[in-house]
Amino acid sequence: MSNQAPLLELKNIKKDFFGNQVLEDINLTLREGEVLGLVGENGAGKSTLMKILFGMNEIRETGGYGGDILLCGEKVSFATPFEALEHGIGMVHQEFSLIPGFTATENILLNREPQKKSVLSEVFGERLNTLDRHEMDERAENAIEKMGVHIDGNMVISDMPVGHKQFTEIARELSKEQLRLLILDEPTAVLTEQEAEALLDSIRGMSARGIAVIFITHRLQEILNVCDKVVVMRDGCIVKDVPAKETSIPEITRWMVGRSVNTTQEDARPIPETKTILSIERLWVDMPGETVRDVNLEVREGEILGIGGLAGQGKLGIPNGIMGLYDAGGKVTFEGKEIPLNSPRKCLDANLAFVSEDRRGVGLLLDESLEWNISFPAMQIQGKYLKPLLGGLVHWRDEAAIREVTQQYIDELQIKCTSSRQRAKELSGGNQQKVCLAKAFALTPKFLFVSEPTRGIDVGAKALVLKALKKFNRENGVTIVMISSELEELRQICDRIAIVSGGRIAGIRPATDSSEDFGALMVSQVV
Amino acid sequence: MNGKKTSGQKLLGFLGANSVPIMFIIIIAFCIPVVGFSPTFLLNEIVTRLSRNAFLILSLLIPIMAGMGLNFGMTLGAMAAEIALIFVTDWQIWGIPGMVLAMILSVPLSALLGLLCGKILNAAKGREMITSYIISFFMNGMYQLVVLYMMGSIIPILHNNIKLPRGYGVRSSVDLTHIRKCLDNLLAVNVAGVRIPLLTILIIAAMCLVIVWFRRTKLGQDMRAVGQDMEVARAAGIDVERTRLISIVISTVLAGIGMVIYLQNMGDMATYSSHSQIGMFCIAALLVGGASVDKASIGNVFLGVILFHTMFILAPSAGAKITGNEVIGEYFRVFVSYGVITIALVMYETKKRREKAGIGQQLAAAQKEGDK
Repeated sequence: MSNQAPLLELKNIKKDFFGNQVLEDINLTLREGEVLGLVGENGAGKSTLMKILFGMNEIRETGGYGGDILLCGEKVSFATPFEALEHGIGMVHQEFSLIPGFTATENILLNREPQKKSVLSEVFGERLNTLDRHEMDERAENAIEKMGVHIDGNMVISDMPVGHKQFTEIARELSKEQLRLLILDEPTAVLTEQEAEALLDSIRGMSARGIAVIFITHRLQEILNVCDKVVVMRDGCIVKDVPAKETSIPEITRWMVGRSVNTTQEDARPIPETKTILSIERLWVDMPGETVRDVNLEVREGEILGIGGLAGQGKLGIPNGIMGLYDAGGKVTFEGKEIPLNSPRKCLDANLAFVSEDRRGVGLLLDESLEWNISFPAMQIQGKYLKPLLGGLVHWRDEAAIREVTQQYIDELQIKCTSSRQRAKELSGGNQQKVCLAKAFALTPKFLFVSEPTRGIDVGAKALVLKALKKFNRENGVTIVMISSELEELRQICDRIAIVSGGRIAGIRPATDSSEDFGALMVSQVV
Repeated sequence: MNGKKTSGQKLLGFLGANSVPIMFIIIIAFCIPVVGFSPTFLLNEIVTRLSRNAFLILSLLIPIMAGMGLNFGMTLGAMAAEIALIFVTDWQIWGIPGMVLAMILSVPLSALLGLLCGKILNAAKGREMITSYIISFFMNGMYQLVVLYMMGSIIPILHNNIKLPRGYGVRSSVDLTHIRKCLDNLLAVNVAGVRIPLLTILIIAAMCLVIVWFRRTKLGQDMRAVGQDMEVARAAGIDVERTRLISIVISTVLAGIGMVIYLQNMGDMATYSSHSQIGMFCIAALLVGGASVDKASIGNVFLGVILFHTMFILAPSAGAKITGNEVIGEYFRVFVSYGVITIALVMYETKKRREKAGIGQQLAAAQKEGDK
């Protein structure tokens, strides 16, 4: 027996998405029964690494990966998640992968149900075997017992509290006999404190049975409680790999957010002490995956306010809820007047504008020209670029004015295109983002929400977008609220930064404060 | 106080979920005294229609289980059955043997059509109902091509009495006198003046048992899984496309057999129109029984047949009694069946939307709780 070989060894794992390096020289070893805590900011490369390990299609479709994965000293490469499963790797994803109308037992044994043969199945094939309900109950019960947390096997998933759904998923992995390594991707994100505690106990139990666990979470205390070692990732590299006993939360936070070069604003200005222009009271938003629970926030006139926080904590829910794209409740006052929620038109009429993070879905008319994209909202909402005909009975598009304004923004934002008539979907991500901005600028709003303006665009375009936003704020006095997962980017252009954690505002600080302070806020109330 | 409120809410929920059958019960309860049919006549009619239609409607259950909604494509099975019956009539194989042969002939034909339909529906996921509806129109054209032009010219038809006078194509009506009620009359019993076609009812009962058994098979479980969440099922290694395909093939084959039972009871086949309304009426009956686009049980089938067809029996006479015009009643029952389908489709969407809005309410409630 190769007792010496560790259960899992990653050697020089590399991955790029079309030239964009996301993982570099990842080396990692994991022994039987070891619990590894994997932490890092969003976009640090944790998920990509796990996808490689689990043989997800996405990786193969984007050109595979570099380096070797060794399982018990043997080189493996999984073409599909099913192969990974056969080799004893199980994964519990962030999103539930459960059939809502099935009981826990049915879900635990989904497509692995014990069956009984019958005469008809001899004739028509195995799929007409009847299910052996008794055996199913027994096996599910075993798996639940292994987990050490009790859930009712006969309860239908849709009736379960969120925590139990998570446990059902874990029990499903545990019911697989060959399981040797379990990857838990933020399993405690949806759990209550007690449930999370129970989960940690069950992780300890699994480890005692010799099952290795990779535990991804933003709750650092949990890592320290349960893990043998901590691996910190940042910008596609492993920056630290230390035994959990030898470290502390502040230290981990520093490794997570700390940049080698700490960027600061060259032209920082004192925070504007002006009156409140937008006040948000008790806002809740039902945006799937970005739930906002109870947000109170005051935005000052003329400032750039950043909203940061980890993914899934609700920062994206705030602008989407206020602008009426998702179901929301609470009170939002703009310039002393209350804005009705769940009504995008009312917000736009009040001279608010929104650049959505969903560029292709919400932001652009992909099949239309740049001219149309840039002028459409202004035409629709404010009646700009229209000529009255027949004494105002009919409004005609003023093509010349449209072309002029489009050309102006193409020059100003350096949008790379063949002409102002090119279709939006033919542009690169960065240029599409610039069109989205131009569209919002053309509305000449008093107040602008910008959501993830630099997501998925290259460095050059990023700098341009940020510069354009800053200029728009300084020259036109427009108040901007910018939502971004990249803290450093917020620190570059914002006056103040609010951090969202657990669907609430964890704190607001001047952008000049240190990254570590913001990092601590990010993980403060993570749910 | 709280307990009362929830039981009140439960009652409201029950009424809301079953509003369609309740509405029908009320209309029927209103019509029966107006029309004044004798209970024996009424029961006789209901039993006849139950034995005639139940099998056809049962064929709709499996695609609903697989999440493919109401299978308007069952018309394809009906066409296959009609073609089989044309041949059997032409070969002059009468009675039970003729009927059984027609069923056997219909199976490969409807399986083939079902396969085609299933393939197309797999390419149109999420829009199964409208797609299967349109396929049935398209196949109706193919059916006409075969029956009206090819039969007698390319496909040999022996007897002139079913051919059109011009020498090819099938007459607009095929006489099934020799098959008429052969199944219903075998083993028929009389209970208090009500004639019960025992054998047909036994076959329907057997079909119900098969469906109950089917739900407990691996394939049935897979279909339920696919029906609820295709992506999760796929991630668990279930072959989603194949499972959906099988469900449509089974449904089409069952519809074919059901159509043979239906036509043996009618004893007469309108070659070019028998199948055209059958899908619509079967689906309407199922919905009247309280089924929805994503949920249907055997109970819904029987309740649906009884309510929908009692309505059919009563409507013309009620129309005649109330307005003095029988056509009004006829007209009423047709527009009601379209109305029922529309209501069911709208309710399905509102239900989904209401479930979504529920999350928002929970959030607001959680906030209030946090205040305390």
